[in-house]
Amino acid sequence: MALKVLAVDDSKTMRDMVSFTLRSAGHDVIEASDGRDALSKLMGSGRVDLVITDVNMPNMDGLALVKEIRANPTHRLTPILVLTTEADGAKKEEGRAVGATGWIVKPFNPEKLLQVVQKVCP
Amino acid sequence: MESNSPMVQEKMPVALSSEGIPEVYSGSATAQEQIQFITFTIGKQEYGVDIMSVREIKGWVETTLLPNTPEYMRGVLNLRGVIVPIFDLRCRFGQGQTDATKMHVIVIIAVKSRMVGILVDTVSDILTVPLNDIRAVPRMERLIDEEYLSGLVTINERMVALLNEERLFDTQLIEDGVTAGRALEA
Amino acid sequence: MSNNEFNLDQFKATYFEECAELLIDAETRLALLQQHPDAVDVEDLHAIFRVVHSVKGGAGAFSFDQLVGFAHIYETLLDKMRQGTIAITEDLITLLLAANDILTRLIQAAQDGVTLTDSNLLDITNQLKSFAEDGSHKQQEKPAPPSSQEPPQQEEQPAPARKSHYTIRFSPKPQLFQHANEPLLLVREMKQLGELSTTVNTENLPNIRKIEPDIAYFSWIFELVTDRSLADVEEVFEFVTDDCELEITVATPEPASAGLASSDEPPHTQGSTDAPEVPATSPVPEGKAAPLSPPPENIPGPLQPAGAPPTAAKVSSIRVDLDRVDRLVNMVGELVITQAMLKQQVDNLPPEFAQYMSKGFEDLGMHTREIQESVMAVRMQPVKSVFSRIPRLVRELATKLNKQVELVTLGEHTEVDKTVIEQLADPLIHMIRNSLDHGIEENAEARVAVGKPSKATVTLSAEHRSGRIHIIVTDDGRGINRERVRSKAIEKGVISPDSALSDEEIDDLIFSPGFSTADEVTDVSGRGVGMDVVRRNITNLGGRIAVQSIPGQGTKFVMSLPLTLAVLDGMIVSVGREKFVISLTSIIESLRPAIKDLHHLSNGATVVAIRGEYVRLVKLHKLFKITDAEKDPSKALVVIAEIEGGRRVGILVDELLGQQQVVIKSLEENYDPVEGISAATILGNGKVALILDVDGLNTMAKAEINELIQEKQNDYHPISEALPPPLIGTHSIEEQREAEIAECN
Repeated sequence: MALKVLAVDDSKTMRDMVSFTLRSAGHDVIEASDGRDALSKLMGSGRVDLVITDVNMPNMDGLALVKEIRANPTHRLTPILVLTTEADGAKKEEGRAVGATGWIVKPFNPEKLLQVVQKVCP
Repeated sequence: MESNSPMVQEKMPVALSSEGIPEVYSGSATAQEQIQFITFTIGKQEYGVDIMSVREIKGWVETTLLPNTPEYMRGVLNLRGVIVPIFDLRCRFGQGQTDATKMHVIVIIAVKSRMVGILVDTVSDILTVPLNDIRAVPRMERLIDEEYLSGLVTINERMVALLNEERLFDTQLIEDGVTAGRALEA
Repeated sequence: MSNNEFNLDQFKATYFEECAELLIDAETRLALLQQHPDAVDVEDLHAIFRVVHSVKGGAGAFSFDQLVGFAHIYETLLDKMRQGTIAITEDLITLLLAANDILTRLIQAAQDGVTLTDSNLLDITNQLKSFAEDGSHKQQEKPAPPSSQEPPQQEEQPAPARKSHYTIRFSPKPQLFQHANEPLLLVREMKQLGELSTTVNTENLPNIRKIEPDIAYFSWIFELVTDRSLADVEEVFEFVTDDCELEITVATPEPASAGLASSDEPPHTQGSTDAPEVPATSPVPEGKAAPLSPPPENIPGPLQPAGAPPTAAKVSSIRVDLDRVDRLVNMVGELVITQAMLKQQVDNLPPEFAQYMSKGFEDLGMHTREIQESVMAVRMQPVKSVFSRIPRLVRELATKLNKQVELVTLGEHTEVDKTVIEQLADPLIHMIRNSLDHGIEENAEARVAVGKPSKATVTLSAEHRSGRIHIIVTDDGRGINRERVRSKAIEKGVISPDSALSDEEIDDLIFSPGFSTADEVTDVSGRGVGMDVVRRNITNLGGRIAVQSIPGQGTKFVMSLPLTLAVLDGMIVSVGREKFVISLTSIIESLRPAIKDLHHLSNGATVVAIRGEYVRLVKLHKLFKITDAEKDPSKALVVIAEIEGGRRVGILVDELLGQQQVVIKSLEENYDPVEGISAATILGNGKVALILDVDGLNTMAKAEINELIQEKQNDYHPISEALPPPLIGTHSIEEQREAEIAECN
């Protein structure tokens, strides 16, 4: 079923890739360029089924974003996937610690991304 | 390349205003590589340019002169927002300026990355010529500057000189002066 | 869900574009670090780190391995710097600058599809590594935990041919739901692997009144029969391993063996009797079908945050493909032309019709202009992107020249059209080089000796002034050595030994072709490209550059450019049948000279006296060989225009036809540059009109006179005889006159 996904990354390239992949699978994508932007998009978007976020971002990084979402009464149970690179395994742990649902390792391939999305969204 | 032949045959009568299709193109399944030219006249001489480089054909309109440019540089015109220089081919071949009227024709061609227009008397034909039929330009004791022509084709006793546009409008070479046209007239 | 259209190439353009922007950001920040190595703002380090990280992220996606490798090393060092494990020194900042260069080159290489192999790359890489290692005593690299292992191993292990029997004990910790994980999804995923049977343990479920909807109470035992590997099964629980107790046991693939019996507990349901139907009675969350996930609504839980939700910043900018903006600019240009064309037609109507339309046309004209201005504003950018390169240049040059220089930058937020920005960098770099190389004294001692601070100051500033942007480079160096310039110019044959030049004109000689004051071609400002090229390039853009200098006190370069290269406000003039456009910004006034004010010099030039100043006439009809033009200056009009250095010339035209904003069209796109013409435009009638290059015309006029002089074969001095005394004699006008006279030479 079509999901409404909030994709957060300060890199337009990555956002484009994530969005393209999700949209070609029939999902709706809202894009945000950093944590703060993501929160504002989240406020104005009503239902969001999934958040996919990068970690390293200006203004508000991905981990802070996860914390904020988990502290938000409306969205605190929204699945959140954190985009990490292979090298920083520690980030996965930190992500989990603040409440991320799962992670996607960059560089990802489209199938893997969709698999992971399926894994956390009904 | 060979696959587009039937299409060419259909299109030609539409595109042509002249009498007919030259024999050269028979439609038979020759595996030979062919090339198409748009031909036009200056006086009695017929010239051809590769159809792939032709962008547009339009009637003569008043141009804006560029100061201190060679005589054959007939100024510029506005082609849908792009400034295109117009060259007088007759003059370029050293036969004096064309007295341009509404009946004269400008052929807009792409030369490398530029667009230029050439002023000619009339557009006459579209030729499809097997590459093998294109002959080299003979060296006629300095009468022909073969540099400006890429070859010659004879069709039904008409001789068509194929222009080497790149060299023809190379501004470095332009100063040299040309006599190619005169030689062909002779 | 497969997705065949996914083609990485389509993202490359975005990536490289993004890289370019990121690099500018990094460069700017590095410049800041470099200026204040003692007071580093950690935010800058974070920002640079993010740049490199983003570059790396994208590069990974495109498999630009060399770029990934380097970015990783660079990033590692930056990470340590921002965490404070490595002390920030000037050397380190210099290394970062070098690393940034390498990064830039690697991005370019990736774009070009090549691999870099030079020693510099290796050298910088090694330096980065050693810096990172030296500083890392305090903090060990955290090894990636085993859970981060990606599952490509599943390809290496061939799937077992026979089916295995897995027993999975899955006991979520209370926070499982709070991380938005969902046992139901795990169940679904396992079902896709093979045959699944499930047993739920509900014994931990409290009384309904005490139920917290986002706490997990159940636990499960799954029996899975599948031909998939253990890794595949483990992957199902990838995200929940920390949020549950998980135990997976595999029965040996003997199908006959009693897999169920081997498990500790029998697979029967325990305590299911008192399980209340919580999920069924609660509203299902919007968009979710999973009854196991209780809804968040109306539950006053401990997780309710105190206070209002965080206020979020609105995104105030979007990124637009430049092509689109250009298309818009072109379309608006066409609109302006069409509007002018219609206007012309309306003006030709009989007055009784025209009056109905004129109001509408006024509005249309106004709106068109507003649209045009708005569209042009879209392309405006702060000069910062160019200025950001300068601190580094200054630093490197200062080191190379062994001079102490401080750079002061002002007005970096001044905006100018993108077309101008692109053209700004080269001349600016030249001006800066010139200031450092020639302007500033050889060494600090020389400065101190004349009472100046040992550290020289170079000021770079940008400002808007009367519809143009002024870029000013000032140094407090020794000023132009006029004696030396003069003798050099004579030696090079730029001027004749007996020519009398004003100070300003001597200074101006540094822009003469083939002139270079440096005794030898230096590494810094040499390379055969002189200030003449700088001036020519600026002039080609419709700009001007001038130099002012006070010996011993310093030199000031002023570069003035139009704010945009896409449109200009023009005055349409006619000369014979031809129409030309003169940029309004260069026009001072226009007048019909009285016969008494016209003076014909014996060198063939004509000057007109205007309020005591002599202004040389540029006879367009003569320069452009237009035969049907008015040749008598007293019957024609003179448009007084400003040329470089603030001097004036009078352009002789037949008539002024009116002002109009015109869209600048390149002549050089399809033809060669024409002397005296800067560009072309399209008038309301669809015809092309040429835009005059006033400075170029002045040069042409001068050249013509020089030819005349040479023809006459006589040495020419008689200006003072030929000219009547100025009508008003103030000091400044004297100077002006002197300049005029010299110019007429």
